[in-house]
Amino acid sequence: MAHTIQLKRMTTSEMGLAIFAALFSLFALVVAAKAETSGYAFHAAIFTLASAASVFAIANRYFNRPAALPPQEVDGRPNYNFGPVKFATIASVIWGIAGFAVGVVIALQLAWPGLNLDLPWTSFGRLRPLHTSAVIFAFGGNVLIATSFYVVQRTSRVRLAGDLAPWFVVLGYNLFIVIAGTGYMLGITQGKEYAEPEWYADLFLTIVWVVYFLVFLATIIKRKEPHIYVANWFYMAFIVTIAVLHLGNNATIPVSVFSPKSYIVWAGVQDAMVQWWYGHNAVGFFLTAGFLAIMYYFIPKRANRPVYSYRLSIIHFWALIFLYIWAGPHHLHYTALPDWAQTLGMTFSVMLWMPSWGGMINGLMTLSGAWDKLRTDPVLRMMVVSVAFYGMSTFEGPLMSVKAVNSLSHYTDWTIGHVHSGALGWVGYVSFGAIYCLVPWLWNRREMYSLRLINWHFWISTLGIVLYITAMWVSGILQGLMWRAYTTLGFLEYSFIETVEAMHPFYVIRALGGLLFLGGALIMAWNVWRTIAGAGEPASKMGAIPALVPAE
Amino acid sequence: MTTSPGDNHDHGVDPVTGTTTTGHVWDGIRELNTPLPRWWLWTFYVTVVWSVAYWIVYPAWPLATGYTGGLFGWRSREAVVSDLDALKVQRAGFGGKLAATPLEEVAKDEQLFAFARAQGKAAFGDNCAPCHGAGGGGAKGFPNLNDDDWLWGGKLEDIQTTIRHGIRWTADDKTRIGNMPAFGRDGVLKRAEVNAVASYVRTLSGLSPTTGVDPALGAKVYGDNCAACHGDKGEGKLELGAPNLSDQVWLYGSDAASIADGVWNGRGQAMPAWAGRLDETTIKALSVYVHSLGGGTK
Repeated sequence: MAHTIQLKRMTTSEMGLAIFAALFSLFALVVAAKAETSGYAFHAAIFTLASAASVFAIANRYFNRPAALPPQEVDGRPNYNFGPVKFATIASVIWGIAGFAVGVVIALQLAWPGLNLDLPWTSFGRLRPLHTSAVIFAFGGNVLIATSFYVVQRTSRVRLAGDLAPWFVVLGYNLFIVIAGTGYMLGITQGKEYAEPEWYADLFLTIVWVVYFLVFLATIIKRKEPHIYVANWFYMAFIVTIAVLHLGNNATIPVSVFSPKSYIVWAGVQDAMVQWWYGHNAVGFFLTAGFLAIMYYFIPKRANRPVYSYRLSIIHFWALIFLYIWAGPHHLHYTALPDWAQTLGMTFSVMLWMPSWGGMINGLMTLSGAWDKLRTDPVLRMMVVSVAFYGMSTFEGPLMSVKAVNSLSHYTDWTIGHVHSGALGWVGYVSFGAIYCLVPWLWNRREMYSLRLINWHFWISTLGIVLYITAMWVSGILQGLMWRAYTTLGFLEYSFIETVEAMHPFYVIRALGGLLFLGGALIMAWNVWRTIAGAGEPASKMGAIPALVPAE
Repeated sequence: MTTSPGDNHDHGVDPVTGTTTTGHVWDGIRELNTPLPRWWLWTFYVTVVWSVAYWIVYPAWPLATGYTGGLFGWRSREAVVSDLDALKVQRAGFGGKLAATPLEEVAKDEQLFAFARAQGKAAFGDNCAPCHGAGGGGAKGFPNLNDDDWLWGGKLEDIQTTIRHGIRWTADDKTRIGNMPAFGRDGVLKRAEVNAVASYVRTLSGLSPTTGVDPALGAKVYGDNCAACHGDKGEGKLELGAPNLSDQVWLYGSDAASIADGVWNGRGQAMPAWAGRLDETTIKALSVYVHSLGGGTK
């Protein structure tokens, strides 16, 4: 191909970002030198190295790239930018395994406390946020970033907006994960559940998130389709709301720029309310809206069927968005929270039941005319089972938010079981399904390396989920009943330690369930690895996927 | 699958379901014009109606200076108070009666005694069991409360004092103090003397002496250093918390090494003071309960 001679120049964003990263590297070095704690110095050093590495990466890219930046279209077709999608896809597999493994470790610690090794770094209190953050934010977050960047391009028929920005989002987000995770093990935490990272990690995430929002929005604005696809509404709701929640719940004042410690501006019961407004909507907008977006693209695509109902998608989208944001107070039933706030939290949770189920109906009914594919396609089966788990846990949630039920379930393992039927069943399975679709599409293969292995993954992890949630249901209800058992004279029937003892067999079963789920994920990692390495058939005649396009 | 813009608004009929589509196509994905499922919509309406009804009955919406109080004025605070009142009725006034009855008199009223034991058992499970075991069976360093071998006395009043003020609990002025000194570590006795006295202590309860130590030296060391607190024959002294060494009950083990370890390093296990943490009636109930476990003395 003949190219006209073009003078190679650094773009403004390359130049600007390189200079900013260089300056930030120096700044972080000063902070590292004057840091008040060794853990904080370690984090500042990571920021120093990461900024320096990005200066190097930008320069390196500049020297190796052709004079012209990648074109928006090649031969009249969108020149999709799949590099950041590939990175986030692989990151999600790696973080997933790390997060599930830590989950198994803490499940074993609950059954056999001696396994905390009597070391601060491996104590339950530090590993538990490591587990939750690794599975929600590292695994789930990378799946969301990967799929959102893929789906928004394909359904808008344009290349992802920005040149360096998508890479900044993906790499910056994963740097945040490293800072957060190492911080937990070093004991750096602001003590807010699911929002443990301290002020500096929060600030950095804010910048990354705003860039994520801009990249996504700019891609939608320049779309070549007349309408915005439903999956993109859900992605947009997820990105915007998480930004608002993050800022509200992390409104802290740092002690000093050289200290990792900060103090929250909210006080007392208001702090608790803000925390659970955040916590519940992290479930609502990160783990529900975001993953519904995945469902709305990957299920119709994989089943090759139209979405069941456009009207339902609109109505349940807006109903979900408006109702979810109120439901947080149900985490604070029978506490110092005013009665009226508890009432609102409960009633809005109950009203949320049908809007949640709208997504389930649209997911399941999209298969009408394609149910036979469940017999032959384990990927589709995984996603459909995921929607079934979604339906189950979005019924269980409103049920548990009813005060009479909550008085039994609150503080027990029932809550843990509820969370995991959503996390393992819904979020896990729809993510695995999306990964199994994405990997062959991104690396231009006909299918995954082995459908048999996907089948194994499905059955092993399904067994794991069933063991996990049934163990927690039994243990949680048993625990709740033992706590409220009174003698005829009105004294507690059981001491606390007796209730703990009664949980032991269920904790062992739960750990076994987790181990099976981890085993399934390891099978997936092997399958993904073999597919990328080219062990499967290459995609030769895939109509749905355009021929090889330059990815970066 | 074609996605050319030309057929974007073809409201074609889906052959499988017979439903029209919206005409939009994204990356090959179409949408059906299926209306909202009736059952879905009506269930949603029912939850909304239920919620509105709940708002009318219970406290619900914040106002400028307060909140809507609900039809019957239900408040969770008042619900707790009425629950506690119901509990008093259920306990038929025994709670107040126990508070008013002197410790020594509790056992004279059979019903009150049973009530005190029930309350004591519940309090024991959550406060004492972590160290003394769920049944009061004890563990190494934590006395068994089922037997009649007492360190600080097994009378009701002794037990109550121990619970109230703890043992070697320096934050409490009236705590029980009595220390077994670290004879070896502090240089009072030499290693051979410690080993000899450990062997001698074993013989006080009829256990075999250790071989290779001087029995006369053991007896002499005992007389010079131990007898003041533990008594000439090892019978112990309750006022000082000095254990009886002539019985078969051992807090830290009866083997020569464990005894020698105690003589060398001393012993000084603490028990917290519970006055202030537990109310007086609960402490009274606990005293009755522990006393009744099997070893209480008059």
